[in-house]
Amino acid sequence: MRHLLSTRGLARDEAIALLDIAEDMAAVQHREVKKLPTLRGKTVVNLFFEDSTRTRISFEAAAKRLSADVINFSAKGSSVSKGESLKDTAQTLQAMGADGVVIRHPASGAPYTLATSGWIDAGVVNAGDGTHEHPTQALLDAFTMRSRLHGAASRGKGLDGVRVVIVGDILHSRVARSNVWLLSTLGAEVTLVAPPTLVPVDTAGWPASVAFDLDEALATKPDVVMMLRIQAERMHGSFFPNSREYARTWGLDDARFSQLPTTTMVMHPGPMNRGLEISALAADSAQSTVREQVANGVSVRMAALYLLLSGERGELR
Amino acid sequence: MARTVLNHADISRALTRIAHEILESNRGATDLVILGIPTRGTVLARRIAELIQRIEPSAPVQLAGSLDVTMYRDDLSRSGIRMPSPTELPPGGIDGRTVVLVDDVLYSGRTIRSAFDALSDLGRARAVRLAVLVDRGHREFPIRADFVGKNLPSAASERINVRLTEVDGGDDHVTIEGGAE
Repeated sequence: MRHLLSTRGLARDEAIALLDIAEDMAAVQHREVKKLPTLRGKTVVNLFFEDSTRTRISFEAAAKRLSADVINFSAKGSSVSKGESLKDTAQTLQAMGADGVVIRHPASGAPYTLATSGWIDAGVVNAGDGTHEHPTQALLDAFTMRSRLHGAASRGKGLDGVRVVIVGDILHSRVARSNVWLLSTLGAEVTLVAPPTLVPVDTAGWPASVAFDLDEALATKPDVVMMLRIQAERMHGSFFPNSREYARTWGLDDARFSQLPTTTMVMHPGPMNRGLEISALAADSAQSTVREQVANGVSVRMAALYLLLSGERGELR
Repeated sequence: MARTVLNHADISRALTRIAHEILESNRGATDLVILGIPTRGTVLARRIAELIQRIEPSAPVQLAGSLDVTMYRDDLSRSGIRMPSPTELPPGGIDGRTVVLVDDVLYSGRTIRSAFDALSDLGRARAVRLAVLVDRGHREFPIRADFVGKNLPSAASERINVRLTEVDGGDDHVTIEGGAE
């Protein structure tokens, strides 16, 4: 694997191999010495053009646990705010000898440009680009589902027949897009539930069905309910009348949560708007996987960095 | 042409002898941990542990485990991507115990060197010993096995193939093939 830009192009066996490696990485998190020497001498740059705390520190922890050197770059207060282009930033990183670049960018496709433009030799990991994809989030969600379902016997398994309902702002959500592609590759059945204003215009090519009524979707007793964050910064287009109406119609409130089977997982990529898309009761219940998702995020990102940065970097060097 | 150097019975006799030697040098099975290096070392470790339990019924039930060294190798950036295997320790870990590492073939010694690094991240063993089914020479590190199934002087151009029922199906055997033309 040279870059990890999207889950759309990920083959089933590649995805399962990555999740299996993440199992081994997760085992390291339970040891006294939580560090592996695998990427000693490699440099990973976290290139963040958008605010992010959890994804950045998750990647930072992952790289450090593999003994790589980590350089954090955030656009605020950097040369980017002085007008530097992505190309010049990339070439600066190249000159500093970066082996891996983890990039988050508000423009969809920025990681793809970085990976294919020939500006740098480094492996590129997409940590969220615009409204396009966020592949490591989908991988950690799949990892979390797999470990809740199969426990220690997870290795080699997909998510065949698992029914997943993803609820919320599908239109702006890169998490939803990455999950749709990855989960269907792994054999899960995905249903998207959202207000009609927050569904993309054309989902015909997506391996998922679309519904508008949350109560109907939950009545099918899905195995997983994934609530997406309502991103206040993207809610300028009057997509729904007000947040209280959204919470009543599309939020996982106490009443809806108590109707769910106790085996249904409740997932959220974080950060949560408690009381808006998810109630505190649901978020803090035993069915909630929110904290597992954070812990698994480090393991999955370690696996991704291992796949990208170990092994021969190929012809380019 | 591949030539068989050890057959099923030879392998089973060698492992029985190694099991006895381990017990003799450790003076019993107390505080003993047998860790195989995946893939075939793990199988051999399990077999040796079973033999030890047969010889010493007082031995702990869970004696064997596996130690993956993939993430500790010194050639990671020189070869293709390697898939790691799980590391599984018997309950109680390795602290203060005698660890016997088990591998199928001892060659350059680089795998065993990485195993030392992997072990030190898991705890502090009282002593570390090494058991191998085949020692083929050509060491690149000052490493030597304590328990050897068969010494098999070989040319670097030859290939030694260890085949075990649990991994490869069919009968156990060790073959040697190739060599200087």
